[in-house]
Amino acid sequence: MNKEITRQERADALGGMGCKRKRVEDARFTQGKGNYVDDIKLPGMLFGDFVRSPYAHARIKSINTDRAMALDGVVAVLTADDLRPLGLHWMPTLAGDKQMVLADGKVLFQGQEVAYVVAKDRYIAADAVELVDVEYEELPVVVDPFEALKSDTVLREDLVAEDGSLPDGAHGPRKHHNHIFTWEVGEKDATEQVVSDAAVVAEETMYYHRTHPCPLETCGCVASMDKVNGKLTLYGTFQAPHAIRTVVSLISGIEEHNIRVVSPDIGGGFGNKVGAYPGYVCSVVASIVTGVPVKWIEDRMENLMTTAFARDYWMKGKIAATPEGKITGLWCHVTADHGGFDACADPTKFPAGFMNICTGSYDIPTAYLAVDGVYTNKAPGGVSYRCSFRVTEAVYFIERMIEVLAIELNMDAAELRRINFIKKDQFPYQSALGWEYDSGDYHTAWDKALKAVDYEGLRAEQAQRVEDFKAGKTRKLMGIGLTHFTEIVGAGPVKNCDILGLGMFDSCEIRIHPTGSAIARLGTISQGQGHATTFAQILATEIGLPADNITIEEGDTDTAPYGLGTYGSRSTPVAGAATAMAGRKIRAKAQMIAAYLLEVHDDDVEFDVDRFVVKGAPEKFKTMKEIAFAAYNQAIPGIEPGLEAVSYYDPPNMTYPFGAYICVMDIDVDTGVTDIRRFYALDDCGTRINPMIIEGQVHGGLTEALAVALGQEIAYDDMGNVKTGTLMDFFLPTAWEVPNYETDHTVTPSPHHPIGAKGVGESPHVGGVPCFSNAVNDAFRAFGLRHTHMPHDHWRIWKTANELGLHG
Amino acid sequence: MAKKMHIKLTVNGQEEEFLAEPRELLIHTLRERLNITGPHIGCETSHCGACTVTVNGKSVKSCTMFVAQADGADVTTIEGLGSPDNLHVLQRAFKENHGLQCGFCTPGMITRASKLLEENPNPTEEEVRFGMAGNLCRCTGYQNIVKSILAAAAELNSAKEAAE
Repeated sequence: MNKEITRQERADALGGMGCKRKRVEDARFTQGKGNYVDDIKLPGMLFGDFVRSPYAHARIKSINTDRAMALDGVVAVLTADDLRPLGLHWMPTLAGDKQMVLADGKVLFQGQEVAYVVAKDRYIAADAVELVDVEYEELPVVVDPFEALKSDTVLREDLVAEDGSLPDGAHGPRKHHNHIFTWEVGEKDATEQVVSDAAVVAEETMYYHRTHPCPLETCGCVASMDKVNGKLTLYGTFQAPHAIRTVVSLISGIEEHNIRVVSPDIGGGFGNKVGAYPGYVCSVVASIVTGVPVKWIEDRMENLMTTAFARDYWMKGKIAATPEGKITGLWCHVTADHGGFDACADPTKFPAGFMNICTGSYDIPTAYLAVDGVYTNKAPGGVSYRCSFRVTEAVYFIERMIEVLAIELNMDAAELRRINFIKKDQFPYQSALGWEYDSGDYHTAWDKALKAVDYEGLRAEQAQRVEDFKAGKTRKLMGIGLTHFTEIVGAGPVKNCDILGLGMFDSCEIRIHPTGSAIARLGTISQGQGHATTFAQILATEIGLPADNITIEEGDTDTAPYGLGTYGSRSTPVAGAATAMAGRKIRAKAQMIAAYLLEVHDDDVEFDVDRFVVKGAPEKFKTMKEIAFAAYNQAIPGIEPGLEAVSYYDPPNMTYPFGAYICVMDIDVDTGVTDIRRFYALDDCGTRINPMIIEGQVHGGLTEALAVALGQEIAYDDMGNVKTGTLMDFFLPTAWEVPNYETDHTVTPSPHHPIGAKGVGESPHVGGVPCFSNAVNDAFRAFGLRHTHMPHDHWRIWKTANELGLHG
Repeated sequence: MAKKMHIKLTVNGQEEEFLAEPRELLIHTLRERLNITGPHIGCETSHCGACTVTVNGKSVKSCTMFVAQADGADVTTIEGLGSPDNLHVLQRAFKENHGLQCGFCTPGMITRASKLLEENPNPTEEEVRFGMAGNLCRCTGYQNIVKSILAAAAELNSAKEAAE
């Protein structure tokens, strides 16, 4: 008994996996001592700023920079003509397309970069932007993807051959000059047969509107070319610093060893900071041209209008079922609006990301998905806003289709889900659209969630409310939003996941210092997730040294091992696995050292929390601290000095976090105002590393889901003008609009991940969006509503109520 | 270019004197001129509150105040609230309650909260949510920020009671 307590105390002292360790990042952030890119100040540094197009589609007749150059303090004005000799007026996108760095003869979206001004301070740069004279000739604007596929207006002349034919795109044949690709998964004929033979079919078309990740810190960089040493240092808001280094090398011709990319502290990313933007390229060129460092920081309007939108999917679905509600087939077609350039951030082989996870948590035997990508006069992007690649779209689609099917069947939507869940004993489960779900226990999670909120009681209350409403006793309706989501994260296995040919493994390198502390470096980069805290916890448990004695470092390509960065909830599934594996290499060497010190055979010692003990004689041991010192001061036969390890982890499969969410919402029929009475979120992210941080991630993800579902959008008018370019129009919820969330969990470890963890950062967003949306739709179900599009702002909800005749 | 103005400011107890264009924004004075980089720029339209500082006892979004308007003022930023050896109760509470993630909103958030607790030392949760509605956070969903501020209020109040 006594011995057990001691062991537990030793484990507690490590601050390892499972504990609510306070964050090591917080000391600097709470004291205003973070180091974000705009805090970087280098001697002689200049400022860059963009001249941007006011038009969504126009030819550029001329650009005159004379007046700008004449302004005191202006150092240079770059246009496409200046970049052309370097071959940098266009750059490759992550989706196999190319994108103008500076307008080359025409512009394709409002806010497109036309010229880049370099000046001594940001005020002069802003003045000079106003002095660049650009003559435009307006062209017809196409903002609707369906119109685009019919329109004679050619957006991308560069993608049409001289004889008028259409060369294949990066993802195969193109059907029209504004068409980018068709991507098909599953069995078309079989699925259409199932749908046409089915007793019950529910059909719906849903628009998942364009929105934006909008991190509180905008994108930016500081480029510094040291001409003496030939070294380029690029600081920036990069979610994937190593990939940025490779891209910069490939497009600039600077040898990769002469480029150092540094991601300093990042003020939130949410996918916005994955891509490579013209601002980075122009800043690098400007630094090369001027020989001094150049800083470029977006303002908020530039951020919302030009860098990396998300979503913009028109999804048409058909779901087939037996009269009892057993789903027999799922058919889905997506018209995907990619804007003027295809700059979606997806693994190369997945032009619509992992949209083919759209069979969700359900055992659907037959399915088919087709996605058509389309060019329009909107900003490029298509990033995963707090989700793995297009997974939010997929989960929204299936979770809305289930609700529509429940209406068609006149069935309870919770029960419909339950009878279609993939069962626990079916895992690993092969989905009809090609994924192998690693693990899950959906029924347990679902039952726990329904019980926690007293689901039966809620439905009874809702029925009473409908009666009261009809009797004129209340003007408020009640919606119950349900969602059971399955995510697919942790991209990914190198065999099918790469970005620009770079395999999506990740890495960790550990050095143990002689006195028993350590530094570990990873290929990822935290943007608020608390990596410095949680990765040290993984290591503490794996190598038996206190988390407080382990420094975690990321983001400097000169020191960190190569990795593909942080997005798509891949840090814990991939870099977290690399961390555990590197830790195990440390432990393997430590075992040999311990055996030597204890004068026994390697096999006669075993790891015990923070030490190696002689098997059967636990009083004979060497602590990891002692072993670390021995690694540096003892000549051990057959063992090299030092204690270091590196692991590059290629995951064998994705991980599949899941969860059950329930939202209870009151809606004022006369104002359209929503009041979230309750939100219950059960997450299963496998092994839990730090419950405090998990809970924080869930709160944040749900709030970003609330934003998207209830009002946040990037809207355009018919002329291609962005109507939501400031935080006045683009909805970011305040503390006033956001409820308190109830969090809960089950634990189904990933069978293939070294510590069983699955990732959690994006689950609440992926599951939250349909849950809020389902609550709104559900409130009106009793009055005949099948589906209404997001975002459910007060005006649209009022309109829905009005169209249903609820205003008398 | 307009004639430069002679500006005097006290920032975190330190007197500063310089010539500045009238259009210079206070946030740029702090960040570029004085190297006080705790307050951040998130929107430049006074919506997000990342640039919140205290000017003459009031919470101000320094991205939309000209430094000329602050001539002669007493300015406090996050850097003036506590020191590494003597943290402000809110700085401790935010860490204890996981009231921050990426940290970008945090300096403005804590600076605003410090004023809120001066204005209303014993706020309800609702009053905290209303009083903090000018400061946006994209990471936390506010739940733990509210918790942090209420915890700090409780600590300040119990310290006050003990002193009385």
